Amino acid sequence: MSTEILLKSERCKGCGICVSFCPKKVLGLDTLGHCSVVHADACIACGQCELRCPDYAIFVDKKVSA
Amino acid sequence: MKERTYEKYFRQNRLPHIWCPGCGNGIAMKAIVLAVEKQKLPRDKTIIVSGIGCSSRASGYMDFDTLHTAHGRAIPFATGIKLANPELNVIVITGDGDCTAIGGNHFIHGARRNIDLTVVLFNNTIYGMTGGQASPMTPLHKKATTAPYGSVDRPFDACKLAQAAGASYVARSTAFHVQHLTSMIAEGIACKGFSFIEALVQCPTAYGRKNKMPDPSEMMKWMRDNAVMKAAWDKLPEDKRTDKFPIGVFHEQQTVEYTKAYREVIELAQGGRK
Repeated sequence: MSTEILLKSERCKGCGICVSFCPKKVLGLDTLGHCSVVHADACIACGQCELRCPDYAIFVDKKVSA
Repeated sequence: MKERTYEKYFRQNRLPHIWCPGCGNGIAMKAIVLAVEKQKLPRDKTIIVSGIGCSSRASGYMDFDTLHTAHGRAIPFATGIKLANPELNVIVITGDGDCTAIGGNHFIHGARRNIDLTVVLFNNTIYGMTGGQASPMTPLHKKATTAPYGSVDRPFDACKLAQAAGASYVARSTAFHVQHLTSMIAEGIACKGFSFIEALVQCPTAYGRKNKMPDPSEMMKWMRDNAVMKAAWDKLPEDKRTDKFPIGVFHEQQTVEYTKAYREVIELAQGGRK
């Protein structure tokens, strides 16, 4: 996995904008209605979710190789 | 994970904010702090002033010197701040009801004086906080709690209004076009004079549910599909313009700024004395 997704779940309200705009269907809503990572390997770090999250609850970066 | 430098402009202990799930105000607020960061405004020389309404809650979440004022009166308060200390960068956050209904007169007179404020209007096309009443910017034939059969009142085009009233910089963008919105606000901050930026934001709760668009992402896709850049809009034939709207910079003209003109009056009145 070459990307890193950070969720701040305490900020998430489960609007589903990130899920809807993700081009690789990486994200989904869990049973509590909060955003969760479903297919982490598919993430291409395009940042669409972070860009449009109205609650600043998701952050995506390309992983820096140590 | 790289640290997000714009996060320092938020009052962390106030987050998550009070806005509904999917509300576009959060996106517009982030665009403002990104623009402030882009223009490298010093935090203690930047003032955020807001009126009343959903949009105006933003001042409570932003870690600057902020002022949450009376309904419609954000621009007069901001005018006072700017005149008292012209060094400050004053950003006004207002909503469509706040700015074009109860504060309509203050808005046009702020633009007429051409005072150096950056006014960001969060246009959700409805009075969200009070329960979804139609605002002066509710589009024709769209429903609201006070317009159950659709609004018949013709809406304002706030950008044309600002331009006609004498603003120096007029632009529009949407919550979908985050980077575009950020650069519009950044240009507005850089402009010495009255800058007006209309940010179209989605209101899924009060507006969307009434108008068959309860899903915030559907509303953002509507913005994506219907917003047309200014250059393309000018070439678009009239019959294809239905339901579409232009975004981008509409007007940019530097004229005499009010605090500068007022400074001259002060010097004249003092007759050269200090």
